[in-house]
Amino acid sequence: MTNLTGKTAIITGASRGIGAEIARKMAEAGAKIVVNYSGSQAKAEAVVEEIKNNGGEAIAVKADVADADAVKAMVDQAMQAFGSVDILVNNAGITRDNLMMRMKDDEWDDVINTNLKGVFICTKAVTRQMMKQRSGRIVNIASIVGVMGNAGQANYVAAKAGVIGLTKTTARELASRNITANAVAPGFITTDMTDKLGEDIQKTMLAQIPLGRFGKPEEVAKAALFLASDDASYMTGQTLHLDGGMVM
Amino acid sequence: MSTVLERVTKVIVDRLGVEESEVKLEASFTGDLGADSLDVVELVMELEDEFDMEISDEDAEGMATVGDAVTYIEKKQA
Repeated sequence: MTNLTGKTAIITGASRGIGAEIARKMAEAGAKIVVNYSGSQAKAEAVVEEIKNNGGEAIAVKADVADADAVKAMVDQAMQAFGSVDILVNNAGITRDNLMMRMKDDEWDDVINTNLKGVFICTKAVTRQMMKQRSGRIVNIASIVGVMGNAGQANYVAAKAGVIGLTKTTARELASRNITANAVAPGFITTDMTDKLGEDIQKTMLAQIPLGRFGKPEEVAKAALFLASDDASYMTGQTLHLDGGMVM
Repeated sequence: MSTVLERVTKVIVDRLGVEESEVKLEASFTGDLGADSLDVVELVMELEDEFDMEISDEDAEGMATVGDAVTYIEKKQA
């Protein structure tokens, strides 16, 4: 079993969905968790409670990942509470789907700001501490659509493809300080975000998945856990596809 | 109390693993002291800690030599 005892993990967008599941799994593995949220305070606190009830340590911290000052304050709070920052999971993400011809500038900007610039801001904010520690693990939650493209998601796809490129640069810049950066690219995972998609879209997606089913948040969380652990010590700059075989 | 130069020298010797005798005022971090760009970023971080001050990215970019750093810190402390 993966052991993260003594490590501190900041997980952005951890109040629900894949982020919440990563928080639970990492807490089970012994990590102290910073459950970041932007709007869903009650849900974030519920995740913290759940972790504490299972004997783990966690705090909920509000910060918009696209706000550099708020993110810096979050990292300071993590340091005060737990004394180190060993793992960053850039998971926070939003969608504003629309056909490109109808997509408004603010729909584009919102998604790029949260899903791409937010990863840049959070990564930058933990780098100083990880460099001092001479160790760190950065796990970016990208998306398989960032590899294959997806009609109606120009903003989201561009952001997620950007995250994959950013992961490679982060890996190269920080490798000499024993900090690794990897990404996971989930396919169709059942969450609040994907439940919003129409039934016809869900059916079309299912037809493209060789394993013939949608994924579960815990299946993504397990991969994130692996990348954050010592088991993945010789791996950096990679993107793991967790998509039931959609893209090979 | 050590001088600014002495404290800067100690940080550089510890960080870059160079001899104290190599740390001259005119020595450039990347040219003479073998630092790469990430080393310089770390050096600035450690100088911030050592002297308990914030050095902005713009100011850090202007520091090429040991003398630059010493002058900057002395000016900021004055």
